[in-house]
Amino acid sequence: MYTASDLKKGLRLKIDNEPYIITEFNFVKPGKGQALYRSKLKNMVTGSQFERTFRSVDNFEPADLREKKMQYLYKEGDKYCFMDNESFEQVYLTEAQVGDAVNFLIDNIEAEILLFEDKPIGISLPNFVDLVVTEAEPWAKGDTVSGATKPVKVQTGYTIFVPTFVTEGEKIRIDTRTGEYLTRVKG
Amino acid sequence: MNLRAKLISSIRHFFIQQNFLEVETPLRIPAPAPEEHIEAIPSGDWFLQTSPELCMKRLLAAGYPRIFQISKCFRAAERGSRHLPEFAMLEWYVTKFDYYQLMDQCEEMLITAFKYMGHPQDIIRQNKKINLAAPWEKITVADAFSKYAQVSLPEALHQDKFDEILTQYIEPRLGINRPTFIYDYPVKLASLSKIKKSDPTVAERFELYIGGTELANGFSELTDAREQRQRFEEAQEARAAKNWARYPMPENFLDSLKNMPESAGIALGIDRLVMILANTDKIDDVVAFTPETL
Repeated sequence: MYTASDLKKGLRLKIDNEPYIITEFNFVKPGKGQALYRSKLKNMVTGSQFERTFRSVDNFEPADLREKKMQYLYKEGDKYCFMDNESFEQVYLTEAQVGDAVNFLIDNIEAEILLFEDKPIGISLPNFVDLVVTEAEPWAKGDTVSGATKPVKVQTGYTIFVPTFVTEGEKIRIDTRTGEYLTRVKG
Repeated sequence: MNLRAKLISSIRHFFIQQNFLEVETPLRIPAPAPEEHIEAIPSGDWFLQTSPELCMKRLLAAGYPRIFQISKCFRAAERGSRHLPEFAMLEWYVTKFDYYQLMDQCEEMLITAFKYMGHPQDIIRQNKKINLAAPWEKITVADAFSKYAQVSLPEALHQDKFDEILTQYIEPRLGINRPTFIYDYPVKLASLSKIKKSDPTVAERFELYIGGTELANGFSELTDAREQRQRFEEAQEARAAKNWARYPMPENFLDSLKNMPESAGIALGIDRLVMILANTDKIDDVVAFTPETL
């Protein structure tokens, strides 16, 4: 159990049976008045946000959240299937739960699946993934302006801007947090 | 740090010029004033003072008519962008004054102290100018609610939302163009102040705001020992209801109230005042060390 004085940015709570994370927090108190804990909370399933002011007498249940390493297997309808390589347990995430990670989701990739009371609610990918460029305009000779970029498509269908020297069939490293190109990868 | 030192010496200069006596009272005391929302930090069997109020009033009762003190106060579990559990407080008391006179003196003190330190006539806060020229704005608490909140004062009290509405809708709009005093607090929030004779629903209490920040709290002081004891007992009950410690009754203070002349007194947060002059929103920026850096 948490009390209001435990609240801080990043703390995860269970409110009305849903997991929330505190995204902004401030302690306010009129000199003679009561301590107020002004918080902005984000629902970790739906992403919706709201603001609430708590008092020192309020208390909270911690959200039972944990992360588990799982391997991406396949897409079935609009569900994404992941498997725990030790227990062979399989879980399904919806498109909304996968979110932007869909751009970097390749078969057999290992990801951290976020579980709330053992139900999967989200995913976090490794910070860097290597993907194959499947469509790219050929490199025009003389196109040597430094910093020039062009759009290419990678194997997941994601379009990304890369330096003009990148060609079709090459592997490139992408930062999954920003969605940006980092470097070419050999092999 | 420079600004802080200059401000403190300017304040001291003002009070000495005005024939005030600078006093020192113990930081470690056996019985802090029981207040519903202020929690003292224990120190052995005693407590660190949450304010020097009780000891300073005993000095008024002992015959010192104009006294001031700059001291450290300690309040448990108060930490935020404007709160430190240990902070510097200026308190001063004047006999034969009421809260109106004290508001005027507070205004004069700050204007004069700023002048001593060579500070310009305006304060810049979030790119806006706050004009310090007298007279400063004075508005009752009830009027501040009708002007800035969607809920009237009686309605806010009825819903038990006074502090929430005050901090969210009213405070950020106080003292924006010039410093603002809000005064005449509902009796329930009288604390150690006197009830107003002409309107017993309010207490002779005020607060000063500059740039949306609460800076000072002042009263016409309650000198009726019986009423004061009763308010302390109510505060003890309210504290007990939320499992807060019951403090020993400050009997020596209550005894001395019999001899205390009519007075007004005020407490002003030094750190907050430096924050305003330094144009910062973080109290951490105006102290040498915070609890986290020790």
